[in-house]
Amino acid sequence: MNFLNQLLQGALLGGFYALLACGLSFLFGVMRVINLAHGSLAVLAAYWLMTFCNMSGLSPFLGLALMLPAMALVGWGLQVAVLNRSLKAGPLIPILSTFGVAIILDNGMFETYGANSAALGPFIGDLAYGSWSLTDTIYVGQLDALIFVAAVIVLGGLTLMLRYTPLGRTIRATADDPAVVELIGVNPHRIYAVAVAIAMVLVGLAGAALGLRGSFDPYAGGPLLIFAFETVVIGGVGSLWGTLIGGIVLGVSQNIGAEISPHGFLIAGHAVFLAILIVRTYSWGGLRFPLRRAAA
Amino acid sequence: MILETEALESRHGLLVAVRGVSLGVDAGETLALVGANGAGKTTLLRTIAGAHKPRAGRILFDGQDITAMPAYKRVALGIALVPEGRRLFTGMTVAENLQVAGAHGRKGPWTLETVLAAFPQLVPKLSARAGDLSGGQQQATAIGRALMTNPRVLLLDEVSLGLSPLAVDQVYDSLRGVMQSGTAVILVEQDLGRAIGVASRIACMLEGAIVLQGDAAALDRAQITEAYFGLQRHAARNGHAAQNGQDQHA
Repeated sequence: MNFLNQLLQGALLGGFYALLACGLSFLFGVMRVINLAHGSLAVLAAYWLMTFCNMSGLSPFLGLALMLPAMALVGWGLQVAVLNRSLKAGPLIPILSTFGVAIILDNGMFETYGANSAALGPFIGDLAYGSWSLTDTIYVGQLDALIFVAAVIVLGGLTLMLRYTPLGRTIRATADDPAVVELIGVNPHRIYAVAVAIAMVLVGLAGAALGLRGSFDPYAGGPLLIFAFETVVIGGVGSLWGTLIGGIVLGVSQNIGAEISPHGFLIAGHAVFLAILIVRTYSWGGLRFPLRRAAA
Repeated sequence: MILETEALESRHGLLVAVRGVSLGVDAGETLALVGANGAGKTTLLRTIAGAHKPRAGRILFDGQDITAMPAYKRVALGIALVPEGRRLFTGMTVAENLQVAGAHGRKGPWTLETVLAAFPQLVPKLSARAGDLSGGQQQATAIGRALMTNPRVLLLDEVSLGLSPLAVDQVYDSLRGVMQSGTAVILVEQDLGRAIGVASRIACMLEGAIVLQGDAAALDRAQITEAYFGLQRHAARNGHAAQNGQDQHA
């Protein structure tokens, strides 16, 4: 029974990982950019929500209406100031420059918000700890369920958008061949800017989930990036539904690892990630699962 | 002239691929570019489309200087290139390849319906992935995708390359309607007979320059073949009565 509970809690945790990873996966799928500032940007979004709640006394869910557009603007700025320039210099430079952005963000947040950890839980009342009991021993946290459902809606919405809307088709065509979309009247840099803005809205949602379900501090970005990265690789790079599966595999592995040994949580997660990475590298046709497969 | 180039020069690094090319097309006219591999035909088309930056010279569209304009803005004016090797969005369906172009080009008579009427072989393949099509179907999709932007000047690079003779016939049957609709067409074609058959004018390129240009009806095969292989220049160099290709220019 306890094992079953760990399985369920792990799957719910996987929903959070999927929400955390989908921005990373989307950006790589469209632009072939690995954004090493991904985790730090999620922490920034969580701090912005906390600032909103502290100043207004309103619910963080209302704060999303302000924070998500602000993150979209951050994405646009990131594209214009960092990615657009560094992409010209080859595939390695965006990795280095986003690493630089991560360092600036981490230390900037440390400077601004201090070393204490923060949380959004106090602003949402019962939801932070409320749960439904399935049996005498198995409970489902309301917030965990909400985040899981949000992840499914976000991934589903993104998939539908890519598949059926004119913008989605343009994004996929640009991901497929940025030189050729110019020949049908598309400015690829504009589409990249839109894609980064979308990715940052996804990061904003992940940051909100991060703040709601636990605590965070200015240097929380690094570990978050690792979990997001592992989720993407387990699920297949650029594949959006694979991201959900990847999150669930990671979450379940961690929870079962924790059941086996108190130190098992991280070790089991990393071990499963490495095992799948090795299998993917030597079979299954390599690591690159392009975005178009996700939408097809 | 709807499209003109003036002393256009394009390079690949140090290699001069297009040297001093001046040519023009009128609406409704079809110009065939012929010449050996490496003569600069593809680079010339890519320069006109904006996919390659020229080193010198000017490109005029409707009298407007578009030399520095990015490719995607030229599409809005009405220039469309069917690139060599077709370059479809291979992971997307045929319908999506056409729709995505239709959403960003000019508005006009070419829509999904009219393109499919011109290329009926695509109708049963609409929901197939473009990468899974035969060569002829891919070429039809590539031309259809360019037409979806409602070009006033259509640039076709290597229409028949890698296609079966039957597929080539099919593609050219469909193109005839396009050429008669008033769209200016510049096409690169390796098959000289076909180029003479469909074009109103022929321009022959050799080592980046146009060495022979004239009405398709006025040029005969032997003249074009000589220019194609640079035989005249060879003859001139050897002191024979020079019949310079440039004489034909006027």
